[in-house]
Amino acid sequence: MAWEHFEHAADVGVRGRGNTPARAFEEAARALFSLLSADLAAIRPSVEERVACEAANLEELLVAFLNELLFLFDSRRVVFGRFEVAIEDAPGRARLTAIARGEPFDPRRHEFTVLPKGATFTALEVARRDGEWVAQCVVDV
Amino acid sequence: MSTEHAEGSAARFHEVEPNVWQIEPTGAMRVPGRIFASRDLIDALDEKVREQLANVAALPGIVGASFAMPDAHWGYGFPIGGVAAFDPDRGGVVSAGGVGFDISCGVRTFTTGMKAAELGDRLETVAHDLYRTVPAGVGWGGAVKLTVPELDEALAGGARWAVEKGWGEADDLERIEEGGRMPGAEPSRVSRRAKERQLHEIGSLGSGNHYLELQVVEHVYDAEAAAAYRLSEGDLLVTIHCGSRGLGHQIGTEFLQRFVSVAPRYGITLPDRELACAPIRSPEGEEYLGAMRAAINCALANRQVIGALVRKVFARHFPSVKLRLLYDVSHNTCKAEEHEVDGKKRLLFVHRKGATRAFGPGHAEVPLEYRGVGQPVLIGGTMGTASYVLAGTSLSESRAFSSSCHGAGRKMSRTKAKTMWQGKPLIRELAEKGIVIKSHTAKGVAEEAPGAYKDVDEVARVAEEAGLSRRVARVLPIACVKG
Repeated sequence: MAWEHFEHAADVGVRGRGNTPARAFEEAARALFSLLSADLAAIRPSVEERVACEAANLEELLVAFLNELLFLFDSRRVVFGRFEVAIEDAPGRARLTAIARGEPFDPRRHEFTVLPKGATFTALEVARRDGEWVAQCVVDV
Repeated sequence: MSTEHAEGSAARFHEVEPNVWQIEPTGAMRVPGRIFASRDLIDALDEKVREQLANVAALPGIVGASFAMPDAHWGYGFPIGGVAAFDPDRGGVVSAGGVGFDISCGVRTFTTGMKAAELGDRLETVAHDLYRTVPAGVGWGGAVKLTVPELDEALAGGARWAVEKGWGEADDLERIEEGGRMPGAEPSRVSRRAKERQLHEIGSLGSGNHYLELQVVEHVYDAEAAAAYRLSEGDLLVTIHCGSRGLGHQIGTEFLQRFVSVAPRYGITLPDRELACAPIRSPEGEEYLGAMRAAINCALANRQVIGALVRKVFARHFPSVKLRLLYDVSHNTCKAEEHEVDGKKRLLFVHRKGATRAFGPGHAEVPLEYRGVGQPVLIGGTMGTASYVLAGTSLSESRAFSSSCHGAGRKMSRTKAKTMWQGKPLIRELAEKGIVIKSHTAKGVAEEAPGAYKDVDEVARVAEEAGLSRRVARVLPIACVKG
């Protein structure tokens, strides 16, 4: 598993790893959605949403991306399990496009732990560590 | 008296009087950092709280000190349990992180006029009906579905709007902060996206630490205030803890990101991005205030609707019982208030993040029937431990701009709590203690285990000893609906 949760006093940290920033972002998104559905593999890819966002740097881009997904969850009631992310990282400007796949959230089928309110700048990091990319931040729940 | 705190770091806390600890200003700090805590609470305090208190103390226009309440823990930028007041005429700022994502999250309590013992063997049935009737958890939507123009009315009108639509009683409004409607709300400042997150959510509890509880008054400390609040030992109460749901979260998210980019333009250096802020008297600051106040109304409307649902449940089981709103407080806000500073009245913007306003006796904002004893301050515990009804004190004004604690405060991470407790055994354990738990998520219950929180009795005792508020009644949960 290339994602995990890490400890924070009151909330939850989400962390993804991958050989590129884009793969690490995808895994961080899975860490986020595991709070909404314990079994990510059971999420059927029947709905597709396209996401585009932009920020000053990769770190702020991660926060924007995760918040975009939370917005989609809250407004469209779709829980996602699969992500395809593409990132363009230029100095002073990072851009992301993504396809998120999932299905309408069904509280009878998707075992949630807690509803995330928003991704934060706390413990925010997008960096290369020990030969792989790590993308992480704390999510307010 | 000055006792050095044993846990050393560059800027140490020292006890300036019993239960009041201070960090003197160093570096960029404009004012001291001050926390109200017992030695036990300070010893257990996360180092991050100290760091965050010092960071807030460095923000432009801060007045007096950067405060932390006895239940303080590590938050975003500002600690949870943080209080900071800013002067708009001296470059003071407003910060989305200083309010929090769940804008106007708060607590409302009803008295029922019945004794908990009268529930008899109907406790389980009533708890189950509350669980079925009040939307909670993730994905069920709320009791009210609105269009954008209808939501705009709710954002402008708050609990008043809800009462006009038939949710609850006009008499409730007197016992809600701001009379149930936050002035200065500007629904037009709330983004379309924030509204989209809320169209189906009015009248829902949400998840995490939000709950709906049946409680029994276990002990009365202050007979006079208890009489004014109509509380006596053995009474059955109903308490709701929730906030502004997706709308507040989206406003918090958007303005946090926006303030990060505008702060440098106003010459504000941010030691931590979560402290992102803008001058109160700036277009961005004013825009946030208009949106944030609309979110306060959203939360007030939400709790008003949930209150009406609770009344429906009671009407089904106890037709002659009338639920009376004791009070409704918000603990994630920024409000413009007049406070006395160095003998002069000044208009300040007081951020309370995980902190409750606590006006003392005689304050014009306190409902007439409570004015002799002070404003009710409602403190949420955990599903297995006590909650408190406190009252604002006259001293609280000079202590921390009339503020008090808001709950027990977490002491253990959710990740760790899940390794220590499991939902179903915990629910059984609480049932053995006579507490019925109804939840949509067993994992969520484990994260909210009572053992993951600080000792609420200690928090309430320190709040009283430090003069922030005084204890009126200790109440115990008998049933809890968790989101």
